[in-house]
Amino acid sequence: MVGSGPGGLQTAYSLARTGIERVAVLSRDDAPGGMFRRFPVYQRLISWTRPEAPFAHGTREYESYDHNSLLGEEPEHQALMPGFMDRTMDLPTRPEMESALAAFAERGAVRVRYGCAWQATRREGDRLVLTTSDGDYGCRVAVFALGVTEPWCPSIPGLGDAPHYVDTRSPERYAGKRVLIVGKRNSGFEIAHGLLPWAREITLVSPRPVETAVLAFSPLRVRYLQPYEEHARGGAGTFVLDAALERVERTSGGYRVLASGTSRPGSLDLEAEELVLATGFRTPLRDLPQLGVATVDEGRLPAQTPYWESVSAPGIYFAGNATQGSPGLRKYGAPSSSSSVNGFRYNARVLARRIAERHFGIRPKRPPLPRDRVVPHLLAELARAPELWIQKGYLARVVTLDGDARDDGVLPLEDFVDSGGPDAVAAAIELDAHATIVPVVYVRRGGRIDEHVLPPHPLYAFDSEEHRRELATRLRPLLG
Amino acid sequence: MEAGATTLADTLARLTLFADLGRPQLESVAHAFDEEVFAEGQRVIRQGLDGSGFYLILEGEACVVIDGAERGRLARGDFFGEISLLVHEPPSADVVATSLLRCLVVAGPELEPFLLDHPTVMLRMLQAEAQRLRSAHVWPE
Repeated sequence: MVGSGPGGLQTAYSLARTGIERVAVLSRDDAPGGMFRRFPVYQRLISWTRPEAPFAHGTREYESYDHNSLLGEEPEHQALMPGFMDRTMDLPTRPEMESALAAFAERGAVRVRYGCAWQATRREGDRLVLTTSDGDYGCRVAVFALGVTEPWCPSIPGLGDAPHYVDTRSPERYAGKRVLIVGKRNSGFEIAHGLLPWAREITLVSPRPVETAVLAFSPLRVRYLQPYEEHARGGAGTFVLDAALERVERTSGGYRVLASGTSRPGSLDLEAEELVLATGFRTPLRDLPQLGVATVDEGRLPAQTPYWESVSAPGIYFAGNATQGSPGLRKYGAPSSSSSVNGFRYNARVLARRIAERHFGIRPKRPPLPRDRVVPHLLAELARAPELWIQKGYLARVVTLDGDARDDGVLPLEDFVDSGGPDAVAAAIELDAHATIVPVVYVRRGGRIDEHVLPPHPLYAFDSEEHRRELATRLRPLLG
Repeated sequence: MEAGATTLADTLARLTLFADLGRPQLESVAHAFDEEVFAEGQRVIRQGLDGSGFYLILEGEACVVIDGAERGRLARGDFFGEISLLVHEPPSADVVATSLLRCLVVAGPELEPFLLDHPTVMLRMLQAEAQRLRSAHVWPE
């Protein structure tokens, strides 16, 4: 394993509990935390943790109220984030997050070889060999939890020399200046929001319009929409433009940006004293593409199977933020939550189980389930399982029904739908065509999959009598 | 990306479907839609399963499978999934990657607004559908 950010720590922790005898965790950093040792620039997360909730810390149900803690198996490793928050907001600060991650690594005894930089990768027969600053590591399987924080910049003339989000300095530097921000996703709006009390004028520009119509799809809503709303209301000093950049020129006073409108055609000639590229990030894959690792989004992310293995380089897996390169079914366009801690912490646990089973022959626990408990078990999962609610349409609870009923655990929904297998049922939470949250069950019988969308509920009480009746009807052919 | 590498907008510019779009529109399309890469053997859309998208092949090949039987082959520049979205019914076929397959993906709910915003793309799509209909030698009822 390479990496000691949240994705690396969660995967290492989960791998260590599978029974795999030798797991080496390497990190070039000198302490745990990954990107949270430095980012977000303005020091506040956009994902919430509610210290108070109707469920006790450490329960599965509480995980739905705490999107920042990693997942512990023992009580002293669980729900660590709230203990580090000063409660000025429900969004932790960066140092609070870093402290919680460090505590997880320490209390969970995640053993990491810090200060050990992965430098190169090669294959020797059916093994992978990672060259590091501390020598070579040979392995059957490598998991890379590298983050998605290396600056990425589109190839537009003059843009390459401009400072990126990661180079953003303290806000005082921008006091009284006109600032142009290229990019209108999380990092662009974070900078814009942070500079509202400092800059004289802020303009955000990128080709794609801001999409805020579908609340469920918009992580920006949590915190950073103020600059956009000011623009939409005609407020002075903040502009949000849809335009493709053609070239950037340095001027004596700063920058001149020539762009062409997309939503509204026409040329734009913009000037600013400061330019910030919020053009996105990439996974630092080093030489992995030379080993055959295919990428998406112009090289930014490794393309992955439903179990986060490279689609083109067997034995190379990914964890953490980069698991967004395994998009899942994306029904009606709904994205997974794999780009944030709350989502990829579950991916990591599923990945550890997969690696143990597939590469080390360690069979996971599949507890038997009395047949009359199948419907109540699935309803309880649909009503409250944090894995299903956070990774909507992506992770599913699977119960196998050939002979004995057995709980197969939480698995990637796409794999259940595509891989075939014995009679079984998968339960997932999804967004329908109108972005309404609905419970969905997939019944596999004789190799054929049938999808059944159960009714929505105003209080999301998917364990209601109506749902019980409908699920029982759908499962009757399998349960008898 | 690496200096000198081909951008997604460059790739789109060479496809018939987008032949009438100017550079800013191509950039907007490249920003608005996702790219997905599928392993050989991986399913892209699924017969009978609702909620899929519109796919345009950028690189690689795929086959069309109905009830387990192969009915056709698809390659670079071909697209699929639109019929299901336009008639609001689940796909009538599986599409399975037969090599490493790279696609541009338009999420289902985004296809109609995209076509209405880009009538030249809609016309190109209509022409391709007409060609398919003619080559199928079957008159619609």
